[in-house]
Amino acid sequence: MEELSKAVEVEKRDFKRRQRSNRLKQVLTISSPIFMLLIWEFLSQTAIIDPRFFPPPTTIIETLISMGASGELLEHVKVSLIRIVFGFLLGVIPAITLGLIMGMYSSIRHFFSPLIMALMPIPTLAMLPIILIIFGIGEFSKMVTIAASVFFPVVINTVAGVMNIDKVYADVAKNYGANPKDFFMKIALPGAMPVMMEGVQMGQAIALLTIVAAEMIGANSGIGYVIWMNYKAFLIPEMFVGLILISFFGYLFSLLLRGLQSKLIPWK
Amino acid sequence: MSEKIKVDQLTKVFFKHKEQVMALKDINFSIEDGEFICILGPSGCGKTTLLRILAGLETPSSGHYDIQAKGQERPLQSMVFQEQGVIPWMTVEENVSLGLRMRHAPRKIIKERTSMYLKKVGLTPYKDLFPKELSGGMKQRVSIARAFANDPEILLMDEPFAALDEQNKFILQEELLSIWEETKKTVIFITHSIDEAILLSDRIFLMTSQPGTIKEEVKIDLPRPRQMKKVRSDPKSADVFLKIWNHLQTEVQESRIKHER
Repeated sequence: MEELSKAVEVEKRDFKRRQRSNRLKQVLTISSPIFMLLIWEFLSQTAIIDPRFFPPPTTIIETLISMGASGELLEHVKVSLIRIVFGFLLGVIPAITLGLIMGMYSSIRHFFSPLIMALMPIPTLAMLPIILIIFGIGEFSKMVTIAASVFFPVVINTVAGVMNIDKVYADVAKNYGANPKDFFMKIALPGAMPVMMEGVQMGQAIALLTIVAAEMIGANSGIGYVIWMNYKAFLIPEMFVGLILISFFGYLFSLLLRGLQSKLIPWK
Repeated sequence: MSEKIKVDQLTKVFFKHKEQVMALKDINFSIEDGEFICILGPSGCGKTTLLRILAGLETPSSGHYDIQAKGQERPLQSMVFQEQGVIPWMTVEENVSLGLRMRHAPRKIIKERTSMYLKKVGLTPYKDLFPKELSGGMKQRVSIARAFANDPEILLMDEPFAALDEQNKFILQEELLSIWEETKKTVIFITHSIDEAILLSDRIFLMTSQPGTIKEEVKIDLPRPRQMKKVRSDPKSADVFLKIWNHLQTEVQESRIKHER
């Protein structure tokens, strides 16, 4: 009896130790950005780093609040978000469709892959002049720029996703009499979903990158424009506000997509 | 009894790196309606190829096969695949109803048949789970229910219990027998286990490899309904086991000599 309670005691202590170490890891995850900001604040306040170029976080937050209050910032954010969302959809939807078809039919795959391989290495920003020539300088050309940059990672991952589906599932579908439409909707699309969503995640990151760069070069609104104009006017805290907004939206989008991912792929 | 399946001079040749492999050579047999047939042979003897041809997943190089339909709107055949055959992104219920959904059966019939077979294999409480949450034995129950629910003319089973542990295998074999007794479907079952073949089948086709041919046919006339316990203790089944064993033994040795030459 005593032996047993001793054994339980040992296990209990071990369990508690493991719990403590897990909690420590959580604390570390939350505290690392806070720690960074504190160091930054301290270095900047004490002028160890030049506060003209690296204003303390508290100043940046004050600037954010005052910029937000004027309403102008909200306008820029809105413009950028609309470009990102529609540009993203404009790239993702054709990419998924083409990717699924390429994955399912090898002749179509062999026809399109050299084209994709040749176009992919060109940075979308290098295409910006051509896009401006074709689509003009309006909003649509910005969406096309984002769409073009999102398209490639998504199409490539979707093809890979379809090719990755175990052949036995195709056999099962065939044996149980699936027609092409059912095969597309019930086997190819859900089967490719995990790898495809990795591509969509990647596309989302690239979309953010592209829109900021595009707005720096050829726009008079948007978050990228805010960063660039304030840099030119040497309004450094205002420039940092733009950076913070991008970081915030990048994080938000990847959280949203992760949520969508677990909704779409409950079986993984 | 009427003839259900007729296979006539079926031959299949594969090309692998320019080398020619005779997977099946001049396969002939005929199966009566409601028979349970096991095809028994060592791995690589072409038994899976034979089944895949009957399942419409491969085409024969020459020869014919014919499956008699009773003229209703029934699929000709449904296959029970090895363990990976359960589709991971469909729930247990969706997997079982797959065949019915694919041929767009009336919703009422889909529901009825699916819940009937879920019940028969004891998976009703698990119908909303995804396969990743199931054990190997439960996955094979899904696979079996899916094939029976599709109500085909014949059932094809490709070593469905090969990946299971022994206890589970025994349980599933008996479950399969009891469902089969109720439905009296014609079954072709592939296995490399002599015990399994004796327990399940009316006739066993013994296959040999390279080229894959049916060497012999063994009739199992143990009384039905069969149970593992009874079959195991029946002296007749021991005789049959030895007969098949001796046959396979010489086959394996002969092919080894052939290869060493």
